[in-house]
Formats: sequence, C-alpha cells, structure tokens
Amino acid sequence: MNAGAGRLAMGKVAVAPRQEARPRTFQNPVRLRHAAVLVALLVFPWMASPFVTFQIGAQSLALGLIALSLTFLGGYGGMISLAQMTVAGIAGYMVGIFGTSGTAEISLGWPWWVVVTLALAIATLAGTLIGWLSVRTEGIYTIMITLAVGVAFYYLCLQNYSVFNGFQGFQQVHPPKLFGVNWRDPLPFYYLVLFWSLAGYGFVKYLLRAPFGVALQGIRDNPRRMNALGFHVTAHRVAAYAVAAFIAAVGGVLLVWYNGLITPNSAGTSWLINILIIAVLGGMRHPIGPFVGAIVFVLLQNFAVDLVGRERFNLLIGGVFLVIVLFSPDGLLGWWVRGRRSLQAQFNRGPRAALTQRRRQ
Amino acid sequence: MNKVWKWYWGLVLVVPLATFAVWAIWDNARLFFITLLNGLTLASLYFIVAAGFTLVFGLMRNVNLAHGSLYLLGGYIGYFVAEATGYFVVALAAGFLGAALAGLAMQVAIFRFMPGQDLRQTMVTIGLSIIIADLLIWGIGATVHQMSAPDWLGGPLRNLPVINAYSKYRMALLPLGIAIGVLLWLFLNRTRVGMMIRAGVDDRAMLAATGVNVNRVFAVTFAIGAGLAGFGGVIGAVELSMVPGEDVRLLLASLIVVIVGGMGSVVGAAVGATILGTAETYGLAYAPTYSVVFTFVILVLVLAFRPRGILGRPA
Repeated sequence: MNAGAGRLAMGKVAVAPRQEARPRTFQNPVRLRHAAVLVALLVFPWMASPFVTFQIGAQSLALGLIALSLTFLGGYGGMISLAQMTVAGIAGYMVGIFGTSGTAEISLGWPWWVVVTLALAIATLAGTLIGWLSVRTEGIYTIMITLAVGVAFYYLCLQNYSVFNGFQGFQQVHPPKLFGVNWRDPLPFYYLVLFWSLAGYGFVKYLLRAPFGVALQGIRDNPRRMNALGFHVTAHRVAAYAVAAFIAAVGGVLLVWYNGLITPNSAGTSWLINILIIAVLGGMRHPIGPFVGAIVFVLLQNFAVDLVGRERFNLLIGGVFLVIVLFSPDGLLGWWVRGRRSLQAQFNRGPRAALTQRRRQ
Repeated sequence: MNKVWKWYWGLVLVVPLATFAVWAIWDNARLFFITLLNGLTLASLYFIVAAGFTLVFGLMRNVNLAHGSLYLLGGYIGYFVAEATGYFVVALAAGFLGAALAGLAMQVAIFRFMPGQDLRQTMVTIGLSIIIADLLIWGIGATVHQMSAPDWLGGPLRNLPVINAYSKYRMALLPLGIAIGVLLWLFLNRTRVGMMIRAGVDDRAMLAATGVNVNRVFAVTFAIGAGLAGFGGVIGAVELSMVPGEDVRLLLASLIVVIVGGMGSVVGAAVGATILGTAETYGLAYAPTYSVVFTFVILVLVLAFRPRGILGRPA
C-alpha cells in the first residue's frame, strides 16, 4: 500500500465513530475543573515552601511528562515501552555531553540552545529507532525488547568512560541563566516545567483527536482491520514512538536540570520501571493519569521516610503498584471514574426512589 | 528471502567472524580458547536460567519479569543451605525447590485468576520483582555473597592442551548445561506431562477441550520454570556472585537469549545462550568498554532479519 492512500483513508476515518457519537453542537472543551486545576497549579508555589515547589511540584511534573509519553504509547497505541526513561536519559546525557558539566574533559560547553536542540533531536531519533526495532514484533514482546534495550543502554553508560563517563556520569548540569532569571531557582524552574507539562498535555490531547491519533487508536484496537482499510500500521506505530520519544526527551532535559546530574542509574532498571509504575498508578486511559501518578509517586517517595523508612521505599512502591495492578487496572483514574459513576447512580436513584415511595402512599 | 540473499548474509556474518578467529588464534591462542570456554560455560548458565523463562513464556504467554528475582532467591537459598549442610548437591536441590515453590505460589495465588491477560500478568511480575528484591535486601543485606565450589570441583583442571589449566567447576558447567538441556528435551518430548505442555504451547484451548486440567499443567510448568531459575541461581552463586543487581543482569540475559533464540523454544534458548555467552565474554576480553554493544548489535540484527528469533515460530 502506498502512503498517499493511507493518508486519504486517514482523512475519512478521522470524522468517524468517536467524534460522531458526540452531539454536533459546539461544546467548549474547557470545563470548570480544568480552570480550577490550572489556577491551583499557578498559585501553588506561592503557598508552598521552595522545597515543596521544587522537590515535589517540579519533580512530579517532569516525571509526569516522561510518563505521559508512555501513556500516549501504551494507552493509545497499545505498545508498552519500558525504554521511555532511556530516551529521557539519552536526552539528559546529551545535555551533559554537549553542554557544561563538572567533567570538563568530556563536556563540550556549547551554547544552551544548540545543546537543547541537539539533545532533543538525538533522543527523538534514538527513541524512533527503538520503536522501529520493537514494532517488528507485537504485543507482549514489545515490553521485553524495550526492557532489553533500556538495560543495555544502562550497561553501556556504566562501562563506557570515553563518552558517558562511566559510573560517575555528569555532575553539575544546570539550566542556563537567561533573561536575568536563574532558572535553577525553585520558582522559575517550577514554571518552566509547568509550561512544558501543560504543553505536552495539550499536545497529546490535541493529537488524540487529530486524524493521526484516531488512526493510532484504531490500530491499537484492531491492527488487521486498519491494515485492510489501507493504513500503514507499522508507519503509524513508529510515528507514535517518535512523538513519544520527543515528549520523553523534553522531560529528560527538564529532569537532568532538576537533578543537576545524570548517571547510569538515572536510566537504570529501577527508573525504567518507575516510569511504568507512574503511568499505571495514575491510569493509562487519560493523559492526566501520568501526572496524577507522578504526584502520588513523588509524595510516597518523600514521605516514605515517615511511613516505612527510607530504606524500604521500594517495598512500599512495589506493594502499591501490585495493589493497583491487581485491583484497579485503570489506576487511580479508574477509581475516580468508578466513584463518580456510583455517585451519579445514587443521585439518579435518589429522586426515583422518593417518587415510588410517594406513589405508594 | 531467496537462496542468494541467504548466502550473502551468511558470508557477511561468517567472514568477519572467521577472520577474527584466525587472527585471535594466531595472536594469542590461549586467550582465545580460554575465552571460548568462559563463553560456553557462561552460556550454560544462561541456558539453564533462560530455559525456564522460555518454557513459561511459551506455554502461558507470561513474561515473567520476576525471573531474575527467582534466580537470586534460589542462589541465596542454596548459599544458606550449603552453609548449613555442607553439601553442594543439597544446595542445588534446595535452590531448585525453593524457587519452584515460590513460582508455584505465584501461579496458584495470582496468575490463575487472570488467564489470558498477558500484559496485566507481566505488570504483576514487575511488582513482585520489586518486592522480592527489596525483601531480599532487607533480610540478607546488600553485601556480596560468594559461594565456594565444593571440594570435589575446587581448583583447576591441569595438563590441558593449549590452555594448560582451567577451573574444574566451570568446566563441569558445560556437561551440566548439556545434561539439563537433554533432560528437558526428554521431559518435553517423552513424558505425558511434557506432551501436554507442548500441546498447550500450540493451542491452549484445544488442550483444555481434550479434558486436560490446564491449570495444573500451568502450575507444573511455572514451578519447573521458576525452579530452573533457582537452580541457575545456585550455580551462579559460585560462578558469578550474589548481590542485589544480579537479578537484573540475569533477567536481561534471559530476555536477550529468548529474543535471539526464539520465544518459547528450548532449543532456541540453547542457541541464544551460546551466542550471548560467547559474544559477552569475547567482548569483555577483546573490547572491554564496548562489550555490551556487541550484545546489542546481535539483538538488533536478529530483530531486523528474524523478528521472532532464530528458531521462533509465529505465535
């Protein structure tokens, strides 16, 4: 099949089921709850201490952005990739290698805009290649291949000293001072991360309604039928990986600035899996899920000291993850939706029940 | 792919490898053959661990990412049993049984209730691997545990041609790996349960329809698969060492072995393990900082040309 036919068909399907199921009249997609969350996010750093703003606010948003890329891939493309943190790690390493760091022998010290552009480009390319590799097989194989790739990258960083500086990685990787603002300060950094998180969220929301996103969801649900309709299934999947890689790369650059350093462990197995935990914890049914999951994850991480002691954080997060997977496959959002539905059901039942009682009287 | 292309790719692969081998033997024959033996003995360990992984995967489509944790669990059990009893063979049996029981518990308590949901099962194994790893650190600590080889396998094997001496224990791994492979083959091809497992790999629903209790077959397979991981753990406790992080290493090895060899195929696991083991040791011996790159290149090449692995069949 050729690409032109695919694009034609894509245009036709774009206005299909999902959109038509809704009423034709224009509905403002912005609801009260969106505005409330936005205001809360904007006001939050003024109420909280700099520690909370930076450590909890900025970190959860940056992690949420990386997990968002997994939600996009997994929830809408049906491909669970464990290598999203690897992509973020590659972006972070590129920032360390091309920019300035404590390791002057390797770091090239190029201007920040070149560094960021290169980091995003290389990480996106790497993520696309990982995608190209893993879409050659399907379903559950994806998780194995991406995990293998991710762990291989970890060992490469660990063993290679000439480029990746081995175990030590790169220290003192800081955001640039720009427009007279030190972007490393909690408040500006928080707003920087918030901006990109909102941008990522909006982008994914938009993309899911765009022809590409609708086709991707079609491929998730039934690749054979989409193929029969003239869609290039593999191309769509690789493109989804590319989009996800770009989002993860942005998150990776922000995360390396947040941490101020990048080491092999930043992209080690536990972090590969943590991103999956964050995405699953929040729920993969909606792009807000990864951010919810990230907030819960970071809160658990910070307050695990009081609950179980810092040493046993893994036990806690593993247990929470297990409970979520076993009892609520749609994550915390699944509970939210279920709770709302049962509330609505009660609400609907209420007046009707009253009515029948009145009739009886 | 037609015949000419097959020949072409064969040449592209074989010629550089042969050139390397000739150069390496001419340059330093002892290093070359010791590396070969190291590679094959490591492959033997990889095969034992990965065979369990691929067995479980082939039958249940369950990617058991807690396989590395079971390996470590078996290793620790073997270590403490060997300390208590002093018999290596008892330690091997204990490692196998301990991990097998853990695997059985996982299957009976959890996976039985989510049949066919392979993604969810995989996520459960991820959660379990985190919990098991942390419990092991909690209970045993993060220090390195190294088990010594039993007396009758201690020390080197002397008077060998070219390489002079080689560790008796590592040499013994070679026949052990082959023996396990043969036993597994006999079990799968010559026993009733093995027949059921093979039938289940091909078509679960039909197997159930013929009146076989599929859940019991699953439980047996899971126990054997986990047991092999534990058995490998005891072997690895002597050959490598036991420390948190080894579980990930062996999990990665198992993943690559079954991806390269073909998922669900025991013979494929043997092929994959041989390739991975030798590639890793040759990489470490001849190009230390890039050894993991070789592993990765192999993975990429196999996925590019045979997405289902060298001996893989369409699912």
